[in-house]
Amino acid sequence: MQVHRLGVDALLVECADLAEAMALRAEVERRRIDVRDLVPGARTVLLDGVADRERLAADLTSWPLAVHEAPSVDPVELATVYDGPDLDAVARRWDMSSQEVVATHTGTRFTVAFCGFAPGFGYCVGLPEELAVPRLESPRASVPAGSVGLAGAFTGAYPTASPGGWQLIGRTDAVLWDPSREAPALLAPGTPVRFVRA
Amino acid sequence: MPELRVVAAGPQTTVQDRGRPGHAHLGVPRSGALDQGALRQANLLVGNDATAAALECLLGGLRFTVDHAVTVAVTGGLAQVSVAGRAAPWGSAVSVRAHEEVALGPVTVGLRAYVGIAGGIDVAPVLGSRSGDVLSGVGPAPLADADTLPVGPASGRPSAAEIAPPTPGRRELRLRLGPREDWFEPRAIDSLDGATYAVGERSNRIGLRLEGAPIGWRGAEELPSEGMVLGAVQVPPDGQPVLFLHDHPVTGGYPVVGVVEEADLAVCAQLRPGERVRLRIIGS
Repeated sequence: MQVHRLGVDALLVECADLAEAMALRAEVERRRIDVRDLVPGARTVLLDGVADRERLAADLTSWPLAVHEAPSVDPVELATVYDGPDLDAVARRWDMSSQEVVATHTGTRFTVAFCGFAPGFGYCVGLPEELAVPRLESPRASVPAGSVGLAGAFTGAYPTASPGGWQLIGRTDAVLWDPSREAPALLAPGTPVRFVRA
Repeated sequence: MPELRVVAAGPQTTVQDRGRPGHAHLGVPRSGALDQGALRQANLLVGNDATAAALECLLGGLRFTVDHAVTVAVTGGLAQVSVAGRAAPWGSAVSVRAHEEVALGPVTVGLRAYVGIAGGIDVAPVLGSRSGDVLSGVGPAPLADADTLPVGPASGRPSAAEIAPPTPGRRELRLRLGPREDWFEPRAIDSLDGATYAVGERSNRIGLRLEGAPIGWRGAEELPSEGMVLGAVQVPPDGQPVLFLHDHPVTGGYPVVGVVEEADLAVCAQLRPGERVRLRIIGS
């Protein structure tokens, strides 16, 4: 773990891998560290607007982290219709039938690693690296809200209609983003997620 | 409810307040006025709370009416102000009668004028802010001709203060190196202090595009996407830096060479395409 300083009141902690970054993010939250923004990335955790930066920088590298520990809360369930336009292409890449793709996707316990791309777009991890799929060579101009897709070893669902390059395997009616809700993003970092057949 | 009616929106006018920090982990940019000092002055002049929302007006050209007597004030970029066709002062509280047209001429010094309205623009806050974020679309959309916006009840007393007009100032941005300065050629880092860059045409609320000596990458490996802060200077493979302003994406996949001091971001808000800025390294 390597701690970088940014500007006057931010730290960027570089972790060994995504699992460590997820565990560190959870630990910062658990310890209720005073931070304006806590932003996990693919291998980093950004702590922006921290009160006592030097002390925190010295302390956090010695925190015991619960890497790979299963979340203690029930997963958010996303009822999904598996009829996406790229389902067959994913099945060929995974060398399975499309039914087996669905079984794999619904049988995986995912966790939201980080958000990005659009408000409420959670990057969910849980698939093994060997099932990683490439992004579309040419992104779609418009992907409907609720589309469930794969990119790399991530899965996710589009909170709002937008252009997009993820391979789409299904769709959900779940409201993934509603800024008027107390918790605006259904898939916030650290949230356990399961996809179930609608 | 009392309303402001947009007669002409100008090139780009948005509702802005102090922004919505604290939601970056959900993919929501901070947003808020690019020139926070000018926003503060505009609110102060019309007697508003510092949290009130004002109009951020790129290049001027905004014209509007309000359906009740109201105090307004223009700060930030310098522009001629008129009320019902009569010249009115920039940088002071101005009394406007119901339905009189307030008009801003072109911004002649700086880039963005701020229009404070007594009572504030009272659109419904989203995630604690009324700011319109042009990247994610959170908050109100940029104004269009004939839009109407709710105006809140005036609370405080207008100030008799007068703001000194902006002058073409010292265009220097103080930069703290890091976190990724080791991703770049040491020679490029050594020559950053004192280097001048021109402001690119495609600059906007998301970022100031800087054009000049490329800051070359040392290697070619890709950086896994990581959290970005306000003022971060991100360098894509072409070496031409992008300085992140208030609507910047919350994460990015290019290395950040350094972070500009927050106090200098108001300078960035007022730089016009083609103008030059000098970087000054102040440590890391």
